[in-house]
Amino acid sequence: MKKHTYTVINTPIHNIDGIAKITGRAEYTFDITLPRMLHGKILRSPYPHGEIIHIDTSKAERLKGVKAVLTGKDTLGRKQGIWRRFKELCDEEILARDKVRYIGEPVATVAAVDEDTAEEALDLIEVEYNALPGAFEPLEAIKEGAPQLHEHAERNINVTRHIEWGDVDEGFKKADYVREDWFRCSSQAHVCMETHCAVADYTPEGKLTVYTSTQSHYYIKVLLAEILGLRENDVRVISRYTGGGFGSKFELDSAQFCCSILSMKLCQPVKIVLTREEEFSATKRRTPMFYYIRSGVKKDGAFLAKEARVFTEGGAYTAMGATALYLTGFFQSFPYVWPSYRYDGYRVYTNTAPTSAMRGFGAPQATFCAETQIDLIADELGIDPIDIRRKNAMYPGYEVPGQATIQSCGLGQCLDKIDDWIKSRGKLPPNRGIGVSAYGFMSGGIFNWFDTPYAFSSAVLQINIDGKVDLFVGSQDMGQGSNTTMAMICAEELGVKVEDIRLHMGDTETCPVDLGAWGSRETLMQGNAVKMAASKAKQQILEFATAKLAPNIVYDLDIKDGWIHLIARPERGLSFYDVVKEAIRGKDGQPIIARGHYTPHRKGMISPAYSFGVQAIEADVNPDTGKITLKNCVTAHDCGQVINPLGVEGQLEGAIAMAAGYGFTEDLPMDEGKILNPNLVDYMLLRATEMPETKVMEVETYEPEGPFGAKEAGEGLTNPTAGALGNAVFHATGISIKNLPITPEKVLNALKEKKNK
Amino acid sequence: MKKKLVHLTVNEEYHELYISPRKLLVEILRDELDLTGTKRGCSTGSCGACTILLDGAAVKSCSVLAVQVDGAKVTTVEGLADGAGLTPLQLSFLDHGAFQCGFCTSGMLMSATAFLNEDPVSEDIKKGIQGNICRCTGYNSILRAIRAVAEGKYEDEGR
Repeated sequence: MKKHTYTVINTPIHNIDGIAKITGRAEYTFDITLPRMLHGKILRSPYPHGEIIHIDTSKAERLKGVKAVLTGKDTLGRKQGIWRRFKELCDEEILARDKVRYIGEPVATVAAVDEDTAEEALDLIEVEYNALPGAFEPLEAIKEGAPQLHEHAERNINVTRHIEWGDVDEGFKKADYVREDWFRCSSQAHVCMETHCAVADYTPEGKLTVYTSTQSHYYIKVLLAEILGLRENDVRVISRYTGGGFGSKFELDSAQFCCSILSMKLCQPVKIVLTREEEFSATKRRTPMFYYIRSGVKKDGAFLAKEARVFTEGGAYTAMGATALYLTGFFQSFPYVWPSYRYDGYRVYTNTAPTSAMRGFGAPQATFCAETQIDLIADELGIDPIDIRRKNAMYPGYEVPGQATIQSCGLGQCLDKIDDWIKSRGKLPPNRGIGVSAYGFMSGGIFNWFDTPYAFSSAVLQINIDGKVDLFVGSQDMGQGSNTTMAMICAEELGVKVEDIRLHMGDTETCPVDLGAWGSRETLMQGNAVKMAASKAKQQILEFATAKLAPNIVYDLDIKDGWIHLIARPERGLSFYDVVKEAIRGKDGQPIIARGHYTPHRKGMISPAYSFGVQAIEADVNPDTGKITLKNCVTAHDCGQVINPLGVEGQLEGAIAMAAGYGFTEDLPMDEGKILNPNLVDYMLLRATEMPETKVMEVETYEPEGPFGAKEAGEGLTNPTAGALGNAVFHATGISIKNLPITPEKVLNALKEKKNK
Repeated sequence: MKKKLVHLTVNEEYHELYISPRKLLVEILRDELDLTGTKRGCSTGSCGACTILLDGAAVKSCSVLAVQVDGAKVTTVEGLADGAGLTPLQLSFLDHGAFQCGFCTSGMLMSATAFLNEDPVSEDIKKGIQGNICRCTGYNSILRAIRAVAEGKYEDEGR
């Protein structure tokens, strides 16, 4: 590993948006009020499946204070989707015209002088439906004769995916031990603290400005322009602060679309904020999956062959579910060397709210199933859980056949650190167990289903007369801290202080294109673009500095902390700020400008780089109540070079809270497509009192593809927790729960069953 | 519905407001007084994003009608520090990275401020913010930030 000395990278830096956030001055979309602004509401289908026979809006229109009532008939009737390269996967109208396919699907929208009036108007809209029988479970919906949601999709099959390498059948023949298991992975709500919201402002010049809470202002701009029939750059999307995303905010949503059509009709700003109940019942959610896994191993625990089949509950539309279907298949094999592997995935349309991307993107489901099964195999063969993982762990330079090349990989060191920690715990009290789970994740996807002609990430940089650097990025900070990360990468490369950077983001009119904050892509992709821009600007400055210093030509120069100097003789140099003044004068008064961009080329099918880690959870299981109490959560994590330790720590702890919720408390139970707990009283996410002690041990590697060697940190950490939790329960009690979430009820039933055997 | 006169002292500024008796305190703070630092994350009193100080006690401002608190003294996040100043707790939040998206942060700060004013012992800190949901941080950085202030590490550091 190369040794680097940095002045900015790897120092805990205050979040550059921090003061705005802790003083209440950060203006979220939720806080925006424009002159003459109206308030919108959305009428949603009470039926999971039905034909719309007739909508009468006349009574609602007559209500005092109502300005407009629009239905699907008032739109261009275009279907949209984020998988733009595949027309049949663009299947969602947003405002349904003829048919509704899930409870909560929008059918009409109202703009009025205030929210109360808009709400009242919703009650006056009369919709006549012809209710149809629904298909709710993927294993039922895929059967012949099940109610069909879309004309083009026989047996409700939306997308299928196949991944295969090696000779799987031969592998099973050679296996000493073969094990098969079925798993059910539940859904999960993102629960962003700021619900989906947007303010649309259409003006008679034909320009639409939309302020919105999003993870990708570029996607929203393009999707809105397409569905509204506007020119792409007559739509401006602004998103300065986003109150959480977690995968729920990079597709076009009902708030953005409805307030846009209302504003276009009225030429007046319209704001729509989804209620918490709408957020739970009518926005997208984590994909529930039914997993079948068969694994063949040698007596000594060496992996030989694996076969996985998954049926995912797609809900009514494609959304980002097609990507989740692929990624869950790929990460089912991760982070191990499987000589042969076969995966078949089926995404099935159901009359439920669409399922889509959520932090981990199909990998938490895969990792839960895989890691649970690995512990069962190890137990059966009498092998230590760490040893079986170590024996089969991915390593630097490993090539996943036809899929990916692993460059940096600190999995081995992570296993060692966790092994040491487990040993330090000594003998555990009764009913307590430690479970481990290994994991890995991508650092940005290389796929282009969106069909963008732009580079995946771009940055523009301008250095002004006082040395202040204007950095324009397309990345979106939804709380993960990418603004600070980009400022740090820029400051390090340029050799200045973070305070010298003025970051511009969240506005399609002034910022270059970046695909947005999803798939853990910002640090690596936007980071590389920023680093390139900073490097080019630095070269321009160094040309002037070299001319001025006139060193012997064998000396080269660098900038650190605002000091331009001979690398070999750091005391000989000039102030960055002085040189900038002269350089701008020398350029006939032009500020120093540079651009950077990044698009992965020839990096396999998934990602240019992968994070790795191992997590151990220590938990108590109460044998009388089935209640699980988390005691410790220890993670050894390889995210390459850490950029901001403060940011990485926060990402990791936050992922643990969300993923532990997925493991044992959070669920979206349904009855015929109706979500039964659409509020924060009945939806049980972790509170401060339930958080375990967390400890993070960084394993630093250097990723050649990442800026300064950095890669993903934070999304991948959502992958291991449910599996580690399940394995802790297994080692505490001897029971293995294969059906998420691991509730006290399931634990008690399993304990009873075990006793009766 | 007939409007009613309500007297409120918010962040040490006195207001007389004619408001609908249906209006929640959070709506008055945000919509009438432009104090948008106070957020709303639910309508069931569950998330705590709207927490303010009502006569010194942490209260969820979505759970009280403005007319119910006629004559009260309210402090919002905007009233924690003067001018460009920051309280020790705010500084500690910065140092500990105790926020990410920031949408719950105002409520967290207000709950923690009320809690710290009551001279806490450290095991109780978790309970002090039990009513506030943070979906980003996993709480532990927030707990560290509050604990540091409780332990006196920021005694001379307010600015």
